[in-house]
Amino acid sequence: MNSDINDDIANKYLTFVLATEEYAIDILRVQEIKGWSKVTQIPNTPSYICGVINLRGTIVPIVDLRLRFNLDYQEYGSMTVVVVVNVISPNSKERIMGVVVDGVSDVYDVTETEIKPPPDFGSVISTEFVDGLATVSDKMVIVLDIDKLLNSDELAIIDGLSQG
Amino acid sequence: MTTIDLTQVRGLFFEESFENLDVMESSLLDLEIETFNEELINNIFRAAHSIKGGAGIFHLDDIVTFAHNAETLLDEVREGKHDINQVLIDLLLRVGDILRIMLTASKDEVEYDTQEMQICQEALKKALIESVENIEEIPTVESESVEESVENFVEDIEQTSKEWHIEFKPELPILKTGNDPINLFRELQELGELEIIANTDAMPDFADLEPQLCYLSWNLVLNTTADRADIEEVFEWIIDECELNITESVLENSEPKVESQEESEPVLEIIEETPEVETSATEEKTTVSEDTTYTEKVTISEDTTEPVHEEDVVNKQLHTQSGTNSIRVGIDKIDNLINIVGELVITQSMLDQIGENFAHSDIIHLRDGLSQLERNTRELQENVMRIRMLPISVSFNRFPRLVHDLSTQLGKKVELILSGEHTELDKTVLEKMSDPLVHLVRNSLDHGIESPEQRKQVGKPEVGQLHLNAFHQSGNIVIQISDDGAGFDVERIRAKAVQKGWITQEEKITEEQLYEFIFQPGFSTSEEVSDLSGRGVGMDVVRRNIRALGGSIEVKSETGKGSKFSIRLPLTLAILDGQLVRVGNDIFVLPLLSIMESLRVQTKLVNSFTGTVEIYKLRDDYIPILRLYKLFDIENTTTKLEQGLLVIAEGDGQKIGLFVDELLSQQQIVIKNLENNYKKVQGVSGATILGDGNVALILDITGLIQLFRNQTKSPPHLPLGTIRYE
Repeated sequence: MNSDINDDIANKYLTFVLATEEYAIDILRVQEIKGWSKVTQIPNTPSYICGVINLRGTIVPIVDLRLRFNLDYQEYGSMTVVVVVNVISPNSKERIMGVVVDGVSDVYDVTETEIKPPPDFGSVISTEFVDGLATVSDKMVIVLDIDKLLNSDELAIIDGLSQG
Repeated sequence: MTTIDLTQVRGLFFEESFENLDVMESSLLDLEIETFNEELINNIFRAAHSIKGGAGIFHLDDIVTFAHNAETLLDEVREGKHDINQVLIDLLLRVGDILRIMLTASKDEVEYDTQEMQICQEALKKALIESVENIEEIPTVESESVEESVENFVEDIEQTSKEWHIEFKPELPILKTGNDPINLFRELQELGELEIIANTDAMPDFADLEPQLCYLSWNLVLNTTADRADIEEVFEWIIDECELNITESVLENSEPKVESQEESEPVLEIIEETPEVETSATEEKTTVSEDTTYTEKVTISEDTTEPVHEEDVVNKQLHTQSGTNSIRVGIDKIDNLINIVGELVITQSMLDQIGENFAHSDIIHLRDGLSQLERNTRELQENVMRIRMLPISVSFNRFPRLVHDLSTQLGKKVELILSGEHTELDKTVLEKMSDPLVHLVRNSLDHGIESPEQRKQVGKPEVGQLHLNAFHQSGNIVIQISDDGAGFDVERIRAKAVQKGWITQEEKITEEQLYEFIFQPGFSTSEEVSDLSGRGVGMDVVRRNIRALGGSIEVKSETGKGSKFSIRLPLTLAILDGQLVRVGNDIFVLPLLSIMESLRVQTKLVNSFTGTVEIYKLRDDYIPILRLYKLFDIENTTTKLEQGLLVIAEGDGQKIGLFVDELLSQQQIVIKNLENNYKKVQGVSGATILGDGNVALILDITGLIQLFRNQTKSPPHLPLGTIRYE
């Protein structure tokens, strides 16, 4: 994405709402958007890992982004939305994960040049997971680095070791 | 010529080379029995030749050199210049081993110990030179040495150097067969000084030029010590596809000019082996199909199942990742699958039809359709599983060699009997079983079977028998390793157990319980630690490996008559017999194999132990109670012991009582990997999808026990109970 040509080509981003803020993720990473279904909890995991679901035969872990970003817990219900994304780990292994968000908002075209580096404060989430900020139709959206976010902390792959 | 990405075929080359090595080894071992069997010698020769050829393409020069020496020796053997004796066979077996080491090292791109290779190389050369008296010419040895140790042979080269004129005119489609003249020239260059003159006369006009054809011909001048046979050998692979004219011009020697076009040998069948891949897609396809024909040809002698390479064509990117595991599947298995899928489609359309205009009277048809669907699914499942199945002979085949080597080393006479080699089991199980099996076989040879003298004394035939057997039994695979040796020395096991403090001198225990001790870590009756066994790290590891696969091991022994190990393994790792249990609102799966019994708790038998752990007295055992809801932090559950159930389970030799709310059904469950999208969770071995579509976690007893220990901080010393198999 470094060449001059690509700079002007807009990438499509899916945005979703979390509390009052709007976040964007690369739409090519989104596999599907689905409603909330019952999860099976995994013992001894942090609260933001809701558990696992059966997505057409694949076991997929579900992460609650509200809890991940230390926002207030919101009851899951028929309005809860799960965005199923492809996450690429540092060892280039591809994983499928679901993230629980308040609701999906829109799909925007954002060019590479429109994404500005974030200030070091002011967001509810740590800036290490933020690619940058972009303004679309007079709104500011936070562009998330989904790979960093979903490979951090408890979600990191530790080869061959089980973490108690 | 552009450099071509050979990584795609690289994996294939190694796979085939290892197969070739296996062919070589088994043929060599057969050769021991039938002294001069031309077919066997040809097999060995072909295997070595293919490895050399393949290695050449990947520029694995040391392998080429080494394999070439072996090939030369084999060629001479083939011509009857050497006697086939034990020394020769041992030498060639070692050559095979070293080739394997070299290939493995190249595959993993690591260094290997070249010392042994050089020793063996010397031995090979010596074997070649020793026969010099009988033969007039020793050109190959010299030519090889040019690369190996130039300084020693410089004079030789200068003495016998000749100039060869080679006219080489390949047929137009030569490149399509995967042969590239530049490789030939490189090979020639290794023989000596090479001058290449390309002849472009045949080039058509640019408009008529077909880019995939080769219009060039070459005149080569080669200054070398090598003789005609060596030069011809370079062209051996493509001799049928070119015009070749080799003439010798006199330098020191004054031989008359000879024209040569010697008829090719049957080896030419292997021409297409490991061809270079051209960039165009069509050509890639042809090379792959040629590969198939090649492998079939070579493997006919060793294996009845036809190897298929369909998957390579379909899924080429698989090759690009080196180290991708692949499996060869018989075409019959694939055909079977296609049939079943066909039936499935028919059933589906039938059900579709019923659904279209559903009336109550159709309910019978619907039932029929559903039962047909069920049958189809089951068949499909069985057949898909079968794809992963390999005959156990894959693992058994290494034992003739092992037994041969070990018995020589130990000075024992052993006859190895293999039976049930066609029993199939899961590839993963098979791979994980091979080390334990080797260990058991070594043990039998080392401790079980006595020396010929001892055997004579007790009136047994001098040659001991080691029997490897595999068969199906009630949904399991049983592998038995039995020998007619001395059996276990009960007294010595007892003494050792006392010494280790496992039992007291007076304690009375049965023989079966005694045998249990050999599976304890640190147990070894062997007084001297030998190269083979006796370090006491063996049997416990064997059992742990087998248990990790969900299997069990049982031992029987009769002093003076021999011993027998029976290993029971599940057919596959993908499906498991599970017991569903409920804790609160959560459902968990326990592997049925690890459950010993389930019972209602009698509160008077529960005792506290060091204040942290509850212990349940079950008959003569004290079993720690693990409250699953506590460990997993689950709410809304039964917390009173008498209201729930205690499932006594065993993991890694430890018994534990899992406290659950209730037992649900027992069923076969399909194991799903949790690590694919998440990561490993301690105490959980995987997940499965229940009938209602929900996910249930499969518990891993060993992991649970560890987790429990960590949580209770002070690790309870659990009493060693009598441990049951199953």
